[in-house]
Amino acid sequence: MSAPLLVFFLLAALAVVGALSLILQKHPIHSALSLIVVMVSLAGLYLLMGAEFVAAVQIIVYGGAIMVLFVFVIMLLNASAEEHTDFSKLAKFGGLPLALALTGLLAAAMIRNGGAVPNSSTPDALASTTDISIMLFSTFVYPFELTSFLILVAIMGALVLAQREKKT
Amino acid sequence: MVPTQYYLILSAILFGLGAVAFVVKRNIITIFMSIELMLNAVNLAFVAFSQAKGKLDGQVFVLFVIVVAAAEAAVGLGIIILTARNRRSLNIERVDLLKL
Amino acid sequence: MNAVTTFLTQDGGFWVLTLVKIALLLFIVLTVNAYLTWFERKVVALMQSRVGPHRVGPHGLLQPAADGLKFLFKEDVMPGGVDKFVYLLAPFLALTLALASLAVIPFGPKPLPPPFTFFGHQIDLWITNPEIGLLVLFSITALGVYGVALAGWASNSKYPLLGGLRSSAQMVSYELSMTMSVVGVLLMANSFSLTKIISLQDSSKWGLLSWNIFTFHGGFPQVVGFLCFFISAIAETNRVPFDLPEAESELVAGFHTEYSSFKFAMFFIAEYTSMITVSSLCAILFFGGWNSPFPATWTFTHFIPSLILIPFGLWVIFDGVKYETIFGKVILPGLGAAIAGVGTLLLAGLWIAPLHEISEYIQGPFWLLSKIFFFLFFYVWARGTLPRFRYDQLMNIGWKLLLPVSIANVIITAGCVLLWGHS
Repeated sequence: MSAPLLVFFLLAALAVVGALSLILQKHPIHSALSLIVVMVSLAGLYLLMGAEFVAAVQIIVYGGAIMVLFVFVIMLLNASAEEHTDFSKLAKFGGLPLALALTGLLAAAMIRNGGAVPNSSTPDALASTTDISIMLFSTFVYPFELTSFLILVAIMGALVLAQREKKT
Repeated sequence: MVPTQYYLILSAILFGLGAVAFVVKRNIITIFMSIELMLNAVNLAFVAFSQAKGKLDGQVFVLFVIVVAAAEAAVGLGIIILTARNRRSLNIERVDLLKL
Repeated sequence: MNAVTTFLTQDGGFWVLTLVKIALLLFIVLTVNAYLTWFERKVVALMQSRVGPHRVGPHGLLQPAADGLKFLFKEDVMPGGVDKFVYLLAPFLALTLALASLAVIPFGPKPLPPPFTFFGHQIDLWITNPEIGLLVLFSITALGVYGVALAGWASNSKYPLLGGLRSSAQMVSYELSMTMSVVGVLLMANSFSLTKIISLQDSSKWGLLSWNIFTFHGGFPQVVGFLCFFISAIAETNRVPFDLPEAESELVAGFHTEYSSFKFAMFFIAEYTSMITVSSLCAILFFGGWNSPFPATWTFTHFIPSLILIPFGLWVIFDGVKYETIFGKVILPGLGAAIAGVGTLLLAGLWIAPLHEISEYIQGPFWLLSKIFFFLFFYVWARGTLPRFRYDQLMNIGWKLLLPVSIANVIITAGCVLLWGHS
């Protein structure tokens, strides 16, 4: 059991525990905190794979901006613990097996085609930020500019949604 | 050295858990958070493939997915706030009619 | 082997060395924090024509110890109806993140010379030096919003909730201009690594002029960038003039109203530690880090540390003997004698060779620490002088003034780097 494998299992266990906690917790703020734990452990996994810039962006944008937005909304709306509702019979008894079936299907597809998924030939390469930025501005410059439009549209959408109703 | 398959299986597990959370939970905000969990699982698969192939396309695409998720979160949370104000509840079972 | 796998397969000596360094750094930073509170109270008092702490120990020097004991012995109140887990998590998170950001700050250029190796590992004057050092600092700052937001919400009370929401909105807004104002420096340095950024401001030829704030080689003087960064950082750390969320007359005590004794102390320590981190970032990114303001050919400037230490030590001795308590009569003169002794030893480096090496070695850390001290003095000076902003004025400045200005700085610096830089 080499050290990278051990760290992988630790971080993977942390991520799965966080995801399970997202489902099992009753209060939305606890679910939000569990999701933050998942994101930070995923950032650790990205670091393990040598993608350091993506790991930093994951923490800064996902963990430091998007989840802060979620936490704000939960606080502003004064969300409380979920009330107990009765699921339909189908969901209660068929839910868990179906979920396991979905995950099992995906995982089986990956294990069966295991040979087609190559292991990394250079497992220790660190992705340099310079290369990512060169690629971002040469091969992917069109999607890059489009995402700036997307963000502008999102800002305008949020502004329109936040307007008070005009009393005419 | 961690085989790529391990990352992909973890991605599948997280995606499955996100899908379960999407269906089971009753609070609108928690459902929205499960969408983010599914997006994260997909990001993990992208980076794993990028490392396997040795090319950086996967990581650049992950940056785009993160940006799109941010934009979607902003607008979606705006909609959620308005819906919650109008219906006075965050329970998705109360948002099942077009009429208030 | 990339950096991550090398890190994971280090031998035991590396782990022991790193743990010892972390413990030492934590001890030093916590002591500096305590005396920073003393420093702030003294300086603000002197600016307001009063004396400040002067009863507990000579010149009030034992005041931080008294405050620390007070925090430990105060009753630990937990208000009813709070969410216990989040209530206890928030100060812990704030403190951990603030202290963790000190791990990537380099304090000196050269590792300890050969007699001091630890089982074959050289001892650098930093805990870690990652390739993306600056991004690590920004991620930690980005996560720091949670400490404040969760503290405000978990307190189950109106004023902390409002204070917490306002404070976290302020931190998120100023984070943007803080990171944008640093991009100019990154364009000139072409790397995120802090040691590389400092080494590019190497001042051996031109001295002061090669610091990023003045330089014309390969870029644009980062004056505007520095001002944007410093102002955004003051807002980010919730200090005057941007401390409305924790102002006493407006919101009781803001997000930490319901916290008492040790948990409040944790928020306090987190705030002062982030002050120290921001001051060292200013010194590293814009003011040359450990580079001296004088060119390397002016070797007589290497005795400036001695010139400062010897008179200070003598003053401490003369001041100490005036007191009647043991602390004054014995400890202060002893301390003063030690300081003056160190200064004389460094001066004697003119003639004695091993002392000369020590004197050369100390130059880097000395300049960095004096610059950090200078910026901390600026922080305290701002606190003693400026009134605070109203919340809407605060948000206006963040979004409508600092963000466009820092973006303009990026564009102009990018143009200059394109024209003149990176041969």
